[in-house]
This record gives sequence, C-alpha cells and structure tokens, in this order.
Amino acid sequence: MSVGIVSYGAYIPKFRIKVEDIARVWGDDADILSAGLMVYEKSVPDLDEDTATIAVEAARSAVSRHNIDAKRIGAVYTGSESHPYAVKPTSTIVAEAIEATPALTAADFEFACKAGTAAMQACMGLVGSGMVDLGMAIGADVSQGAPGDALEYTAAAGGVSFIIGNKESEMIAVIEDTFSFTTDTPDFWRREGMPYPEHGGRFTGEPGYFKHVTGAANGLMEKMGTKPSDYDYAVFHQPNGKFPSRVAKMLGFTKEQIKPGLVVPWLGNTYSGSCMMGIAATLDQAKPGDRIFATAFGSGAGGDAFSFRVTDKIDEVRDAAPKVQELLKDPVYMDYAMYAKHKGKIRLA
Amino acid sequence: MSVARFWRKQINRYNIVGTHCKTCDTHYYPPRNVCPKCRRDGDIEAYKFAGPGNVVTYTIIHTAAEGFEMQAPYALAIIELDEGPRFTSQVVCDPKEVSIGMRVKPVFRKLGESGDKGMIYYGTKYVPDNDRN
Repeated sequence: MSVGIVSYGAYIPKFRIKVEDIARVWGDDADILSAGLMVYEKSVPDLDEDTATIAVEAARSAVSRHNIDAKRIGAVYTGSESHPYAVKPTSTIVAEAIEATPALTAADFEFACKAGTAAMQACMGLVGSGMVDLGMAIGADVSQGAPGDALEYTAAAGGVSFIIGNKESEMIAVIEDTFSFTTDTPDFWRREGMPYPEHGGRFTGEPGYFKHVTGAANGLMEKMGTKPSDYDYAVFHQPNGKFPSRVAKMLGFTKEQIKPGLVVPWLGNTYSGSCMMGIAATLDQAKPGDRIFATAFGSGAGGDAFSFRVTDKIDEVRDAAPKVQELLKDPVYMDYAMYAKHKGKIRLA
Repeated sequence: MSVARFWRKQINRYNIVGTHCKTCDTHYYPPRNVCPKCRRDGDIEAYKFAGPGNVVTYTIIHTAAEGFEMQAPYALAIIELDEGPRFTSQVVCDPKEVSIGMRVKPVFRKLGESGDKGMIYYGTKYVPDNDRN
C-alpha cells in the first residue's frame, strides 16, 4: 500500500533576534559568525508560546490546508526535545485542540532534531498497514542554547505538521521510500532536569551530522536505485547553513536543488522542525511530478532519508494555509534583553 | 485553579466551543445549559464559534497579577465574536497596536501555569487580524 503526505502546516513565531545582537553581548565577531554559520537571525517564541502551542498551530494549519476531518486522524505523534512536560504528552494537547480525540493513539517522540521525521516513519507504518486512516506527525521545538554557547546563535522556535495517509487520490506527495541510519554517537545531549544541552563541539560534525546524513542519504539512493540528478529538490537537516550546503555537495546535489528548502539563514535551527520546515518550504513551490529528496539528522545519532514525488493535488491545497516564506515575512526584532526575557533566562526573585 | 476545574472547561478554552439556543437563535460563550431568554422553551446545542471578532474595549495591564509579571504591559480586551457573545481575553501584540473596533483572530497560547511544578493551562487568546484591519 502506498503512503504519502496528505497535508502539511507550518508555524513560526513572529519574533527574531539578529546574530549581531547576540554577538554584541558575548564580545564575538558577528560578521565572522554569520559568514561561518550562514545564519543571520533566528526566531524567538513569544512569552506564552512553547512547543505545545507551536505544535497546535502547525497541526491546525495542516488540518485546514486540506480541509481534513480531524476525526479521521488515528495517531498523533509529536517529536521535540523541548516538550513542556517531562511526563504528560504534548500530543494529547494537540489531539484535543484539533478535535481528533478520543478514538486515536498519541505519543511523544524524542530523538534530538529528527524526532519529527521518526514520527513520520511511525505514521507511515500505521497508515501503510491500514491500522489507522490518517496519522499526524509533528516536529516542533523551542530549542535551548545556553547563554554564551555557540548554540545560542542558532537555537530557534518553530514547528511543522504532516498528515500522512494511504489514499493516493488524497496525497499531495507520495512517499516513495524511506531509509534510516542509526548508531550510538554521543555528539549532543541534555540530561534530565538540565535547562540547556551539552555538545561535543566539532565532534558534532564529521562523526555526527555528516556520517549519519550521508549514511541515510546514500542508503536510500542505493535502496531505490536513484541518484541526485533524479531529484528536482533536496532538503537536509539545517542546524546552520553551512552543514546542509556542504553535505549536499558531498552527496552530489546542487545549490539550486537545496535553495527552496534552505530556510535556516533567516529562521535558525528549529530542531525537530528543521528538516520538516525545509520540506514544507519546498512543497510550497514544487510542481506536480517533481521529486524531493530529504534527510533529517538527530544527534545521538541518526539520519532519516525520504524520497517524495509531488502529485497534481498539490496545486489544489498549497494556497489554503500560510506558506513558510509568508511566515518568515514581517518579523518583529528584539534585543538581547527582551530575548533573554522571552527565553526564560531572567528569573524573578 | 484546580486540575479538575480547568479540565472541565478545557474544550471550551481550546476551541471556543459554546452553546446556541435553537429556539431564539442566540449564541452563548461561555456555554450555558439553559437559555436565559427562552427558559424551559429553549433548545440548547453545543456550538463551535468561527473564532474571529472585534475589540469592544480594552485596558493595558501594567501591574500584573502573580504569574503574569513577565508579560506586562499587556492588553486585556472584551472581544465580541462575530456570532455575538462577548468575553475577556488577552490580545497578544504590542499594546500600542490595540484599538477599539479592531479585528482580531484566535491563537493557541499558554494561559498560565501553577508555578514551576504545577499544570500548564492552554487555551485561546487573540491577536490582531492584520489582513482585515
């Protein structure tokens, strides 16, 4: 049974902080940082936004884009590394808010930045086997970066929801296949109760990101017998602009193929939403028949690769909900003091 | 707020679900079990409101209650839904943007929380509907 994306929705908070405003506080050179990271600003959640509110907004956008009867959704899985509760699912909040309850299963996923795509694969299995009619996979985060840490320049907020189904007549993109590459690699972690993650610095690069993204991407292309030139677009997990650009080149994809999905320079790293945001931005402009290659990466570590073929249905639903580039427009900029307040870095006595 | 008290009205807060009297065609939010106009002749049904509305009036909170200090200054408004009911809600934006009569639309936000260890309360707030102002 074929499976595919029936609808998608994205959400990005309206606030931004520029790299230069963070660099000023820590005495870093903003030009060198921006050039090195290929990130110029990042999104910041409002004071009353968290992973649950972002996940709900993305889920509602996906439901309304294709006018989905939410009661058909038999599974809601939310991937995040910043779930608001340590114990109490984000996914039940989402399911209640989109009125999909009570006849469904729900659970939260965690696999650093690829928890959302792991949720997609779980939904593929459920709809592919016929266990549920539609499954909703969400990647959403209000990611954390310790004050003064390199992550603070990129850790952003946002979320994306995909509704996965098994009826080809409803699909806007068929998921042709998926392949995962996973090892136990401690490149990035956050211990229970700790407010900020730790990472292995440069160790996050070659043994982490590049090994697992290339492992998953090459594995999928080998499995399917495809090559980079078979695809119109490609999306790779974007912790910054440099990594996805470099891995695309390593794999044989061109700058033009990754351009529509490379949203990190003006958004930052939305962690569990990162690769999914790139896929959403690409779907926003893909034409029927286009093929999209995507690989998410999660520290810890693993890569999830996907091959999509866009269908004629995309033209019917694309404009029915805000596009990623529209969500990036007209941001409200804040200085570091307001950013610190929004991120809970200021504690009242 | 107790866990049970919030949970009972959760669906009303998440999705602006109120009631509608089929006898006199009046909408209510928060929901009413009995239509105050029709009394025993009333015929009440659950009703999910579309969401958008207008700011009837508003105030700017500078001295916030405990738990809301970080959000001050913020706008608290009486919203009139397009179907008629009025209720109080925060309008999430720069307080200088708020005006009487402005169009607003619902968003899903944190309404509050019981300290660091307690429950987080989610529900509907409003933001300016910039496409219609």
